[in-house]
Amino acid sequence: MGDSHPIKPPTDFSTGAIEKLPSGPCRLLAAGALAPGFTLNVTPDQTLSLHDLRGRPVILAFYPSDWSPVCGDQMGLYNEIFPEFRKFGAELLGISVDGPWCHRAFAEARHLHFPLLSDFEPKGAAARQYGAYRAAEGVCERALFIIDKSGIIAWSYCSPIAVNPGADGILQALEDLAK
Amino acid sequence: MAVLKVPVTSEDHAQGPHSAEVTLVEYGDYECPHCGRAYPIVQRVQKHFENGLRFVFRNFPLGEMHPHAEAAAETAEFAAAHGRFWEMHDLLFENQQRLSDQLLLGLAQELELSATTLRQALEDGEFKTRVRGDFSGGVRSGVNGTPTFFINGRRHDGPFDFESLAAAIEAGRRWR
Repeated sequence: MGDSHPIKPPTDFSTGAIEKLPSGPCRLLAAGALAPGFTLNVTPDQTLSLHDLRGRPVILAFYPSDWSPVCGDQMGLYNEIFPEFRKFGAELLGISVDGPWCHRAFAEARHLHFPLLSDFEPKGAAARQYGAYRAAEGVCERALFIIDKSGIIAWSYCSPIAVNPGADGILQALEDLAK
Repeated sequence: MAVLKVPVTSEDHAQGPHSAEVTLVEYGDYECPHCGRAYPIVQRVQKHFENGLRFVFRNFPLGEMHPHAEAAAETAEFAAAHGRFWEMHDLLFENQQRLSDQLLLGLAQELELSATTLRQALEDGEFKTRVRGDFSGGVRSGVNGTPTFFINGRRHDGPFDFESLAAAIEAGRRWR
């Protein structure tokens, strides 16, 4: 017991530490690829499958974590813009590795009107399929995908992890799809 | 890079000369604490650049997060219809901590505008279209939170303390 093991101090997420993670190369699935299917918890006792949304455009917003300052802004922003997404008949899904109870508290605090999915077990499995997982840190990239009605990726974008990508790219992609 | 998709026109609320070298556009929310923090900084920046800067304010109320933001934005537009936009803009930020429906009516009275007319305008949503228009244009331009600044049409992604904003405006002179 005499040996002392250095203990890594816990990450202090309150100061936005996760936003300061270095940005590695991001290799997202690109336009034209078939969107990999997944079934994830949307509440503690309900799941949602990507396949269930076939026939409508789907916006997948992978993000690193609930509660960190930038994420709150990004999901909060999408919540405000949600009516504009709906004009295109699009569904919006937020995805992070947080558990469903965490998502529930976060969604309630931010009054979110769209579902948050838990890529929780096996951790990050859906994000990995999309090339949107940061294995070193164990969180999702801040990555956006637009999936068309037939399940093909129409557009994808990986944002620097500290930068809220906004919604202009999403709206442009939805508009292009509707043409 | 995100660029301003909706050009500044005479419909905008602007301070400073039309011919100014740099135009600073802010998309803001009267109930957002960060915008509240930016308010005196923008004033300092305006003083610093004097006639070299034109400042434009557009509405970007985050109504889901801030329950009074939409009504506050509509109140500013109501004041604008009576030629008192900037006075109301300033009053709203200076009273940000205690925004309420009652306060909005009180602020109108402070500017000698009719509280009854304002109440009716809010109920009828008379200025909703204008506020929504600003919001939609902002979304299209890549507004990703509040406040978002554009300097000569380019989104300013850096911090907005006085030194950073002033340096970015200085650099913006070259982007005309």
